[in-house]
Amino acid sequence: MNTLILSALSGVVMMFSGFLLGSRSAVRTLAHILLLVVIAGTILELRGIEIVHIDTRGMMVFDRFALMFMLVANLCTFAFFALSSKDMERVGSNYSDYFALIFFILSGIVLAASFKSLLILFLGIEIISIPLYILAGSDKLNLKSNEASLKYFLMGAFSTGLMLMGIALVYGASGSFDTTTIHATQAVPALLVAGMMLLLFSMAFKASAAPFHFWTPDVYDGSPTVFTSFMATVVKAAFFIAFMRLFSDAFSGLAPQWKLLVSIMVALTLFIGNLTAVFQQSVKRMLAYSSIAQAGFMLLAIYSLNSDAKEGLLLYAAAYSLATIGIFAVLVKMKDQSFEGFNGFARQHPVVAGALVIFLLSLAGIPLTAGFISKFYMLRATIDGGSLGLAIFAVLMAAVSVYYYFRLIQSMYFKDAGNAVEVPISAGFRATLIVLAALTIVLGLFPQLLTSWLYF
Amino acid sequence: MIVLLLILIPLLGGLVAFFLKDAGLARGWSLLVTLATLAVSLAAIATKQHDALTFSAPWMGSLGSSFSIGLDGMGSLLCLLTAVSYPIILLATWRSGHRKASNFFGLMLLTQAGLIGVFTATDALLFYFFWELALIPVYFLCSGWGGERRIPVTFKFFIYTFTGSVLMLIGLTYVYFQTPDRSFSMESFYAVAMSNATQSWVFWLLFVAFAVKMPVFPFHTWQPDTYEQSPTATTMVLSGIMVKMGLFGVIRWVLPVVPTAAYQWGDVVMSMAVIGIIYASIIAIQQNDLKRLIAYSSIAHVGLMAATVFAETHTGLQGVMMQMFNHGINIIGLWIVVDIIERRYGTRKLSELGGLAQKAPGLTILLVIIAFANISLPLTNSFIGEFMMFNGIWNSDVTQYHAVFTALAGLGIILSAVYTLNMIQKIFFGPTTVLTEPARDLAGNERLALGILVAIILFFGVYPQPLLNLTDGFVADLLKAARYSNLPMK
Repeated sequence: MNTLILSALSGVVMMFSGFLLGSRSAVRTLAHILLLVVIAGTILELRGIEIVHIDTRGMMVFDRFALMFMLVANLCTFAFFALSSKDMERVGSNYSDYFALIFFILSGIVLAASFKSLLILFLGIEIISIPLYILAGSDKLNLKSNEASLKYFLMGAFSTGLMLMGIALVYGASGSFDTTTIHATQAVPALLVAGMMLLLFSMAFKASAAPFHFWTPDVYDGSPTVFTSFMATVVKAAFFIAFMRLFSDAFSGLAPQWKLLVSIMVALTLFIGNLTAVFQQSVKRMLAYSSIAQAGFMLLAIYSLNSDAKEGLLLYAAAYSLATIGIFAVLVKMKDQSFEGFNGFARQHPVVAGALVIFLLSLAGIPLTAGFISKFYMLRATIDGGSLGLAIFAVLMAAVSVYYYFRLIQSMYFKDAGNAVEVPISAGFRATLIVLAALTIVLGLFPQLLTSWLYF
Repeated sequence: MIVLLLILIPLLGGLVAFFLKDAGLARGWSLLVTLATLAVSLAAIATKQHDALTFSAPWMGSLGSSFSIGLDGMGSLLCLLTAVSYPIILLATWRSGHRKASNFFGLMLLTQAGLIGVFTATDALLFYFFWELALIPVYFLCSGWGGERRIPVTFKFFIYTFTGSVLMLIGLTYVYFQTPDRSFSMESFYAVAMSNATQSWVFWLLFVAFAVKMPVFPFHTWQPDTYEQSPTATTMVLSGIMVKMGLFGVIRWVLPVVPTAAYQWGDVVMSMAVIGIIYASIIAIQQNDLKRLIAYSSIAHVGLMAATVFAETHTGLQGVMMQMFNHGINIIGLWIVVDIIERRYGTRKLSELGGLAQKAPGLTILLVIIAFANISLPLTNSFIGEFMMFNGIWNSDVTQYHAVFTALAGLGIILSAVYTLNMIQKIFFGPTTVLTEPARDLAGNERLALGILVAIILFFGVYPQPLLNLTDGFVADLLKAARYSNLPMK
């Protein structure tokens, strides 16, 4: 509850800070401070201290899993602020509003991570989505940004409609919005299955799982790169947490009805994401498809729904967000966002390039990095669930992903820059990247630093 | 504790090397580190305290894995090979003048740490970690310092091995779920009992990774290109030590874990290996490029070892272990000579070389001895190894076709004599060419490196007993775990 209240309040404060504070650096500093307060609130809540106690009448549950994810999301947002908040200035003139929207998204994430009632799920998903539509279109003078926003909005509204319909059908079948009271008796009512399918599709849309992924590349490519970074990491992870919670709480009893469908979705998502990413020439678009590919791996958690999957999804959210935020932060600074734009980058900025290598290795799932260990958790969960074939398919696709991640490494290290423009990089930025890279390795060596918090 | 030192010295030494900005200093430091590793590995073989040879610390307990390493007969032998090879490699390429020397030597040492980790890990997940760790620095070494076509070639190599190793990860994880105590430790893996059908699955998941690494026909296509394009020092590591990872993996993680499947698929694998021997030898005869010739010759030699592993006899397996060591020594010698020739005369083409015997007698004598070792003439180290391997295949009772395999593999020896002698003839005899006219003999560091190698070749050619003693007990234990425990033998 702390996180929810603090982040919502912070959003309001940021909205007013636009005309109360004169300089942009003051706005930025305020945003950082507010986010730190939110993080402190989450940590306090993890230790059992609440600022105000509110009875949600069983509509929300702040268990370890929800709280840990909130913490991960807030920390990743902080990393995002530290790396990219300066670059947000270049997007448009409403600097403080961007921060306000991000804080609103964070409060939506709290709802999506801790719902126990389908209504709260709906509220959470909407509170996350609406600010995103605005952020996607925040580069108002850019046609592509407008297109991205409109496309995202229309498709998003449609999937929201599906979700509402699904909730209505589930309510009709079970007579309750509470996720834990939806039990299937011997005969599963068709109404319930239909409702569940609609919910499955709309969640798949939000999480950009194939075949509902078509909006993703265009929206990610069209949106201002700073916001793509946020959209593709923290927000996407939040959708997955909600997805997982919905299916483990409400629909685990219906597994025979959705298992096959989800396994097809996993395979399709992995296949389309990885194969298409191979052919991209722009790093930004490659990362968009890579986010689809990574979503395929995260879907494995929903497919298997065991304790490994739960821990793994949390780790995956952290590992994937850290690495992708780091890469995007550098990408924002590049003039030429194609692979060639990175040629000779290692000679220009050896330290930054080194950090990027660690992020890319993490995304590709090479041992010693958090990315490996989180992929490993997913595979374990899948094999434990008895789907050896799906696990084999997933690792083969991971091997394909090496192709496009390593292309960036090749550009940076082994290709000579023709007439590359010097990219200005500050010492603080470099230090933050080093911290993120170090975190990636520490999590890769000692994942229990994160997962043990789920239990103790 | 000793065994931990074996990994820590090159690991920390490598990290330090990245920060030594002076090229000479980085090179000297690396030599010092590798010599220290050599000393420790010799101490590990000499020591009588068996506690010192294992080390275990908790790590990733929730995943059923721990940081467990230990040295047994095969591990000691391969660690020794790694430790002996590295100083020789550094010595032989002392004057290669690598760009960004600190990074080069740092990566080389990290590779060594990874290799030793692979050879000592007694926990399957840890083994996988080291397996990949040995690969990543090699990727950077080959892509950064290699020849003209280095980037696509190294990439192919990387994708091949990575695909193999992720399949291996699935296999290992699957076995983990079959262990009674849910653990990745070697003991638990050896205690697993799986049905025959399951074993077949697991066998192929694991074997593909090792087959790519060795490489066994038809998984070998990355190898000649990679050897050709990599910087010489890295090629030596790749062919001398890294291919042994594949054989090692089969012996440690396949034979005892899925014994029935190893028996069931033994004929298939042996056929693949024997085809590889003949195929690679014939291609080697056609080669005009020295590096590619040696690359194909290596495929043939490793093919014989792979076939012998699946014959599962005591003599044969001991021969394989000996030969893993000897092949490493011999092929590093050959690469040193190729490197010398290429740097001095600017060509690797056999057709452009000739008449070096008069110009460089020292080089000639040393190369001829190494070449004889390559065709396993008596008095050289590989004679004993290959003899034991043939003996092993011939006496194998797990295959019906032992006579066929022995005959075809024997053909490989004859073919190897053809291409090796052909190579010697073209390089050293006949008229000198424009390129070889201004020849000089060996420099001091080269003389030293080759001299040490030839000394090792002759010593183990005459007195192989130390190597045999080292692996005797290990092979006995292995065969017990791999065969007689849970196999319905005929």
